[in-house]
Amino acid sequence: MRVAASVDVSAPPGAVWEVITDPARYLHFMAGITRWEVVGDEPTGLGARYRMLMRVGSAEIGGLIEIVEWTPERDMAWTSVTGIDQRGRWRLRGTSTPNRTRVELRLSYGVAGSGLMGWAAERVAAPTVGRHLRRSLHQLKRQVEHEQLRRQAAERRSARGGAARARAS
Amino acid sequence: MAATTASSRNGHSSNPVGTARPRRTRSGAGSRPKPEEASLAGRVLKGIAGRVVSRVPAADLDERDPDYIRESLPRLWLLCSVWFRGEVRGLGNIPEEGAVLMVGNHSGGNITPDTGVFTLAFTAYFGVERRFHQLAHNLVLSMPQLGFLRKYGTVAASPQNAETALQAGAAVLVYPGGDHEVHRPSWNRHRIDFDGRKGWVRLALEHDVPIVPVVGIGGQETALFLSRGDHLARWLRLDRLLRLKVLPISLSLPWVLNVGDFLGHIPLPAKITVEALPAIDLREEFGPDPDVDEVYDHIVRLMQETLDALAAERRLPVLG
Repeated sequence: MRVAASVDVSAPPGAVWEVITDPARYLHFMAGITRWEVVGDEPTGLGARYRMLMRVGSAEIGGLIEIVEWTPERDMAWTSVTGIDQRGRWRLRGTSTPNRTRVELRLSYGVAGSGLMGWAAERVAAPTVGRHLRRSLHQLKRQVEHEQLRRQAAERRSARGGAARARAS
Repeated sequence: MAATTASSRNGHSSNPVGTARPRRTRSGAGSRPKPEEASLAGRVLKGIAGRVVSRVPAADLDERDPDYIRESLPRLWLLCSVWFRGEVRGLGNIPEEGAVLMVGNHSGGNITPDTGVFTLAFTAYFGVERRFHQLAHNLVLSMPQLGFLRKYGTVAASPQNAETALQAGAAVLVYPGGDHEVHRPSWNRHRIDFDGRKGWVRLALEHDVPIVPVVGIGGQETALFLSRGDHLARWLRLDRLLRLKVLPISLSLPWVLNVGDFLGHIPLPAKITVEALPAIDLREEFGPDPDVDEVYDHIVRLMQETLDALAAERRLPVLG
């Protein structure tokens, strides 16, 4: 089953990339995620591994995942090593408006060999998974835009401070 | 297995209903079974007992099949999420690795939804790779339609099997109350009732493994359980023949009046909530030589308090 959600964020792709590549921040902005732990020595980048769980229905579902695609500020994809079969992707693309990024989060999941009931379970779970993805993107948007505003305010403050110092001298 | 069969045979006297006879004086001589009828009934029961006992598989931990579990988890998830609206809390309290003895209260007659909900949650949380065994009654394992349970790691409840599993570093789930607790009347649904069985405390002490109490609520609302029928079971000598101390009577679907619950029933869609409590290291908590009775009382009290709290959260039976 494939579920996807997207949102436009008022920030450049680099600002979004900074958040989605930091494993320590996943528990803050990802909805339904109960665990996102680094496994191994690589905390981020190609080959980094995480143990993740998402609450869906009566269980926390997930397993060990590995980053298999890493194009900075554009794409990050993972696939499952253990647990349910899953493949996820962050896809960041600039828009015609400057400093605006289209963020898409895709997740395909299932269990090979689970038959008709597995097929039904995937469909029953889809609305919950979709809701988690949409909420995650909205929380990501709020967080990135808030940080963007603070960064811009800090730049304005330092610019004002610089101008005042120039006038004084 | 052979020993069990032998003891069942030895335990079976030549007159199986003989002990019940003197108590039935009111009903008159005409209602008493004639000796040949009694011996016929005895032979039938003995035959059934022999068949059942011979069907109980020897414990083989290698029968657990992680691939099978993984492939069947989606349908278990569907059942637990849609029908029972299962909710499991406190899985983080279970040690991440190593042997652990999880002790639960048991509910729901012969169809025990709390076991399914907890097994799903445990397996999804820790992965199918973690060894996890459940101890079950002989009769459960001898039912042909429940053969799949052995692939889930279910083994017959015996001290030897529990020891083997713990020595292998597995997480072991045990329900000390067993058939006594699982068939308690529905009005006692919020009561932990292990019937004073303390073997699990000795087991944890012998193997020096932590105990994680697991408390479930909702299972006893899946039917209207009326009585354990323990007198009836004794009268029919089921305790000696099949290790069955109860012959439960309930109102359940689709049978309406269900005696024995041997074929199971369709459980009502009661909301099942299970909570795992923090792990207890017995020697750390009770000293180097813990007293079995003290440990038993402490853990049962903890579980009862948790069950009371879960019951207080519940607004309506079945709906949760």
